[in-house]
Amino acid sequence: MDQYINIALPKGRLGDQVYDMFEKAGYPCPELKEPNRKLIFENEEAKVRYFWVKPSDVTVYVERGAADIGVAGKDILLEYVPDVYELLDIKVGKCRMCVAAPEGFSYDGIRTLRVATKFTRIARDFYAKKDRDIDIIHLNGSIEIAPILGLSDVIVDIVETGTTLRENHLSVVEEIVPITARLIANKSGYMFKQQKISELKDALAQVVR
Amino acid sequence: MKIDLSVLDETERIIFALRTLYNEHGYHLYRMSKFKEYDLYSKNKDFLVSDAVITFTDTDGKLMALKPDVTLSIIKNDKDDETLIRKLCYNENVYRVSRGTNAFKEIMQTGLECIGPLSDREFAEVLMLSAESLKLLSPNYMLEISDVSVISAFLDEITDDPVTREAILKCMGEKNIHEVREISVREGLDPLKTEKVMSLMSLFGTPDQVLPKLYELAEGMGIDEDIKHLETGTAVFSGTDMESHILMDFSVIGDMNYYNGMVFKGFISGIPESVLSGGRYDRLMQKMGRHAKAVGFAVYLDLLERLNL
Repeated sequence: MDQYINIALPKGRLGDQVYDMFEKAGYPCPELKEPNRKLIFENEEAKVRYFWVKPSDVTVYVERGAADIGVAGKDILLEYVPDVYELLDIKVGKCRMCVAAPEGFSYDGIRTLRVATKFTRIARDFYAKKDRDIDIIHLNGSIEIAPILGLSDVIVDIVETGTTLRENHLSVVEEIVPITARLIANKSGYMFKQQKISELKDALAQVVR
Repeated sequence: MKIDLSVLDETERIIFALRTLYNEHGYHLYRMSKFKEYDLYSKNKDFLVSDAVITFTDTDGKLMALKPDVTLSIIKNDKDDETLIRKLCYNENVYRVSRGTNAFKEIMQTGLECIGPLSDREFAEVLMLSAESLKLLSPNYMLEISDVSVISAFLDEITDDPVTREAILKCMGEKNIHEVREISVREGLDPLKTEKVMSLMSLFGTPDQVLPKLYELAEGMGIDEDIKHLETGTAVFSGTDMESHILMDFSVIGDMNYYNGMVFKGFISGIPESVLSGGRYDRLMQKMGRHAKAVGFAVYLDLLERLNL
């Protein structure tokens, strides 16, 4: 069937990197890189249609079928647990989900640990496995400031280079899970466009190597 | 009484068309009450799609629930009989939490259950009826068939640790091959046997394409009989116009505490999630103290409004 594959890409640096990989894999759409206000880009020949969305929204577009496939960070997948296929580890956007605390912080194990994070589910699951009671403080950004102001004892957040942590006198206490970008697919879309999606996945896997 | 069919809306038309189809194959309409004792659901929470249930206290103080599921009610009301085949179909509302709003929602569900001394004939008929049901909804449909016993046997090969099994099973449901590899390395599993699980996960296609590869992959595992059941079941489609709509894919997983043998899901192009779900659930029967075999499926009619009929 002559159908397009709809691809949701995360806006920003990661998305640019990921698009370059799709291009190398044989699914180019040069228009995408031109400075314009367009939102949807098509390559008639390769039968792909790209669109940029907010990184944390990629899973929503894919789970609800507006996109057949997309690229999302493992952090988002662990946090929102969308009902999608996870077809490939694209191995870009590498970082770590970590627990960080002010330098010299030691936990007495008696008080309830106060954890500030954007990733509520990941933090809850991590401490549940350790059988530890915690208080979760959900923040939407600037998580590093929470322990400095005494809002929390530790933070659970993504650490890429550790610069932000160091500048705020925080250090990694524990690593929860390594994070990379993943190729995800809608379960229904996969059924009907399996061949094309599979070809794209294989081509992309070659580029990943 | 004469009914003018044009007064029916699309969902009603589908409900009657499905019921006609099921009736033609000897399935009788079965009605049940909206309420059931909560106990029934709390004991089988994992079987439910969402574990939140609307409860209320009846006039005699009993804790009751608005039914979140039909299959459990049918088993509960069914007498334990291994000699007679019961064929039931239903059209009922169930109450579940919807993912988007995180609030309770009334969902119209239609489906059938076949209980008793079942043979390959009945299993094949249920498969065929699920494909026929999908076909009634849209010409662009796919029925995906998998088998819990086969999956379980492949998992048995690599580990008996329930946590690792659960983790690998989850990956199977996500077609997440790279993570299975990671788990295997982390847990020190046999690389060759892990490779077999990953090969199972990569199988995808029509029964004709998949079954020979499955036999090959399962060589020496002692599950040829399970695969044979799948072969006999799916053979019902050979030579029909449904043949190209049938896929075998082991990313369809079912809870092994309830299901055994074939499990399947149905998709319609344009609807992002499965509209039909079913399988063989002898284990659930046993858990509820019944001895007969059972198989069934449900069609989620609430999803059809997205088809813009």
